[in-house]
Amino acid sequence: MRQSLWHRMDLLARQLTPSMLTLALVIIGVVPVRLLDFSTVVPLLPLMAVYHWAIFRPRLLPAYAVFLAGLLQDILSGAPLGVNALVFLVAYGVVLSQKKFFTGKSFLILWLGFALVAALAATLHWLAVSLLNATLVEIRTAVWQYLLTVGFFPAVAWIFTRWQRAFLRLD
Amino acid sequence: MKRGPGTQRLSQPIRGLASRFAYAGLVAVAIGLMVLGKIDVLMTDSFRAQVTDAVAPVLDALSRPAEAMNRAVDQVRELSQLRQENARLRDNQGRLLQWQTAARNLEAENKALRELLNFKTGPEPSFITARVIADTGGAFAHSLILNAGSREGVVRGQAAVTGLGLAGRVAGVGARSARILLVTDLNSRIPVVVGDTRTRAIMAGNNTNQPKLIHLPSGESVQIGDRVVTSGHGGALPPGLPVGQVTMVNENGIKVRPFVERTRLEFIRLLDFGLAGILEGPTLRKAPKARKGSRKRKP
Repeated sequence: MRQSLWHRMDLLARQLTPSMLTLALVIIGVVPVRLLDFSTVVPLLPLMAVYHWAIFRPRLLPAYAVFLAGLLQDILSGAPLGVNALVFLVAYGVVLSQKKFFTGKSFLILWLGFALVAALAATLHWLAVSLLNATLVEIRTAVWQYLLTVGFFPAVAWIFTRWQRAFLRLD
Repeated sequence: MKRGPGTQRLSQPIRGLASRFAYAGLVAVAIGLMVLGKIDVLMTDSFRAQVTDAVAPVLDALSRPAEAMNRAVDQVRELSQLRQENARLRDNQGRLLQWQTAARNLEAENKALRELLNFKTGPEPSFITARVIADTGGAFAHSLILNAGSREGVVRGQAAVTGLGLAGRVAGVGARSARILLVTDLNSRIPVVVGDTRTRAIMAGNNTNQPKLIHLPSGESVQIGDRVVTSGHGGALPPGLPVGQVTMVNENGIKVRPFVERTRLEFIRLLDFGLAGILEGPTLRKAPKARKGSRKRKP
């Protein structure tokens, strides 16, 4: 009985990690690191987490965790509340609805898929911010952030895949 | 997230329906929040400040090693350019010495003239120095989070400056954290005066690193290279803080390059001139009074 309790707690802790990693990436994303000195924007790390876990472990990243990650992103980044929450949820929903397409595909296809989802997310974000400010917001920084996000995806996805193999095999 | 055993027994269509409802509900909440943020700015701001406060210790801890790393990167970079840098600095020094002489002369002259006129100088600023613990790096919001809040005496509306000039102003305050809205943010509007003609204008952020000058009086001319300083109109910011330099004048508008670069911000100084300012609305009860002196935290 005791062992089974420990076992269950262990399992629970492991299964919480996709949501926790997503939230952690929101926080890591705003830490002022100047490795990319040439750029004032940083890649949108939590979007990668949402994409990855929605494909591989959707049950372990429920919609409300996605919502919370987006809300935290809004709060910390100073974006209007709800914008990133909406963007992340839409990205999540799109990936879930195309689950059949994503299963068993090579990494290159997954990367391409991410490029599409991130493009949708960036467009939606731009639209929402433009609408809320009642003006067409400058788009160049958004394009730049999009390119950075797509460019950094393989590195982050590699870490997630490792994590998944190490801790989430039982799912 | 682990689901209870009961959930698994639910038949597939019902579960699908329920999760779809939950999803739609969350999307609706997100949209509702966007609308609410437009309607009730104060409430969303205080919510934001509270959550930021809760996360601030984590950010503070994380930003310290990040800073050490930044410094190491900088040092390597500087090492490679030591020789040119030296030559440039020597060059600069000669020029600066001339300027120093000029400034001293002007200072003395100014002082004498002020005495003649019985001129009253503005209130002396008190300041709080704080560390940047989050640079949000978003494409659509230019703001920073500092590790000082109302406990340290930070008040909404204070000017955030570095040694180079104005960086932004305090847009939200929690107990131990504060949010700075940078001058480049879409929502930033700074009353400024431009050049020797002291043309009045508003510097409006547009999410690029070059804000625009708007609302210039007709017939006034602005030239490339003109210095832009705060005007102090509206009482929101103290007058005379250096902001930037005009870099482009054409039919598309006038652009300013701020002296303060966003990627280079580590410490920020918050100036408090005790100005009530236009930001002190009726709902913001805490007036900047009863301050027990400012705290210095510069390294």
